Amino acid sequence: MTRAETSRQAPRDSKQPVRPVRQFPQGRDNGSVGQVEVLSVTFDGQGDVLHLQSGESLSPITVAYETYGKLSPSRDNAVMVCHALSGDAHAAGFHGTGPAEKPGWWDILIGPGKPLDTDRFFVICSNFLGSCYGTTGPTSIDPGTERPYGLTFPFFTIRDMVDVQCWLLDYLGIDTLLAVIGGSMGGMQALQWAISYPDRVRGVIPIATTAKMSAQGIALNEVGRQAILSDPKWQDGNYPEEDPPARGLALARMIAHITYLSEESMHRKFGRRFIGDNGRSFNFSRDFQVESYLHHQGDKFVQRFDSNTYLYISRAMDYFDLELDYGSLEGAFSGSLASFLVLSFTSDWLFPAGQSLEVVGALKRLGKEVSYCNIESDQGHDAFLLPGHRMGDLVAGFLNRLTRGGGP
Amino acid sequence: MSGIQALATEVKSTRAESLRHVDWTLTHLRDRALDDQIVSSVNVGDRVLDLGCGQGDLLDRLKWERKVHEQGIEIDGKAVTGAIARGLSVVHGDLEEGLGDLGDGSCDVVILNQVITVIRDPVTLIEESLRVGRRVIVTFPNFAVWRTRFQLLLRGRLPVTPSLPYQWHDTPNIRLVTVKDFRNLCRRLGLSVLKESYSSPGADGRFHPVRVWPNLRASSAMFCLSR
Repeated sequence: MTRAETSRQAPRDSKQPVRPVRQFPQGRDNGSVGQVEVLSVTFDGQGDVLHLQSGESLSPITVAYETYGKLSPSRDNAVMVCHALSGDAHAAGFHGTGPAEKPGWWDILIGPGKPLDTDRFFVICSNFLGSCYGTTGPTSIDPGTERPYGLTFPFFTIRDMVDVQCWLLDYLGIDTLLAVIGGSMGGMQALQWAISYPDRVRGVIPIATTAKMSAQGIALNEVGRQAILSDPKWQDGNYPEEDPPARGLALARMIAHITYLSEESMHRKFGRRFIGDNGRSFNFSRDFQVESYLHHQGDKFVQRFDSNTYLYISRAMDYFDLELDYGSLEGAFSGSLASFLVLSFTSDWLFPAGQSLEVVGALKRLGKEVSYCNIESDQGHDAFLLPGHRMGDLVAGFLNRLTRGGGP
Repeated sequence: MSGIQALATEVKSTRAESLRHVDWTLTHLRDRALDDQIVSSVNVGDRVLDLGCGQGDLLDRLKWERKVHEQGIEIDGKAVTGAIARGLSVVHGDLEEGLGDLGDGSCDVVILNQVITVIRDPVTLIEESLRVGRRVIVTFPNFAVWRTRFQLLLRGRLPVTPSLPYQWHDTPNIRLVTVKDFRNLCRRLGLSVLKESYSSPGADGRFHPVRVWPNLRASSAMFCLSR
């Protein structure tokens, strides 16, 4: 198999400094990995054909990824980070140098001295199959037609995403992951890793997730999809890039955002506060801060996400059902060799604690090594992306346990 | 969810709620009083399940000194966080419910350290523990120790002692037991007592082993049981 590396933004052996000295120096003091870049690899060899769970196949496949920290000489310190629905490979650090730039989406967890300690671990985060941030997906160019795939892109599942992540692992020359970690849809990938590649992962950390998408979850995804599909600009998926079904996608995001919060966190953030000093306007424009927030989230999302991609990814989430794929949860995990740390949050009503407990129960019945904590937080499903609770300590403790080799 | 299931869930969450406000720091000394005796009753490499493991002080010791494969179950979220953060394998949940998922003989030792007095059905818990583990180590505060007898008899007050440090209105204990009563129970259930150990706080406030007249002199008791 030839796995050609392409489109690296800056070669590592370049004379120019890859990490310019800047306002966010690396180091334990500020816990940032500093400036990072998206790397990319294209699997376009003869054998590089991905056989999808739908029965279709796909080739070639480009994977966008970032890495932080150094791979140990024995190649045993790699941690795979899996992102959620709208995430990307940029999990930590900064791409640019501007003072206003926000760090990667899991910067609270990844960096020197942080729970995913880049002084100790080699952290990998790749954009998953079917997304629109550099990895092959519906916005990619179909080499057959030289036009974007759009709705001709094959349906893909969480299992397919994990297969592609494993290609990346092979490419990086890593045999075994110390751990795989992810929240929400990222947690689904973490669970799938334990099943698809039991001998290649030692620790699995599924956070705020489920072994099978609930009816409520599917229902909410469907409403989001219908918002896109019923936007006239969607045009059966053939919208031009510069004129997407923005209202539909924004509405889908607004709905989704409600599910990421909790009643408490909404009350704390917005209460019944009006925008500015206004009171009731007696019309249907935006009166309340919570309305303004949702519209802002919707509008911001349209700038950065593709509508067809949203349809496909939400479908992949709906189709995730380990009981359907493996007969039962016991059947799913019976061959897995990993230790598990399962985490949920008390106020998460999208992936409530009971769904994590189903996984924990199955693992216990199988005699697998499992830890579980329902973390106290009023932040709702979004808690896994936010500071203010002890998720980081739990992850750090679990990784310490793994590196000690299961015994002191 | 059926009505019965809903009721069961409600009962359990009520228990978690009622235990939430208990000040467990009061029993810290008592809970560690018999650790030496427990550690010496566990073999190197045993699979150990600690029900109600708290922050995992005992499991951590067993892991270092006995190289055990540890598993804990604990209902208090803060304690679970502490235990996992120190690298122990612990599941957050109700210990009676958690026991049901574990297979027959899946452990060598099940530890019930100072938990049987806060449980609604201690007999079922002990029997379930003996299904899961080959041996069960039970510790409890001995209500017949002279201190509690004295407080009740002479002062007419409900006892507040180092091993029962709560007032009547804030205690998590819903059962009281003495050494003699526990021995009777073991006889009635047909269990073999492999080992008994006792301890009591001395003038220095620390717990010391008790060998003579335990039902009168010991404030904490440990029984190692098997079928």
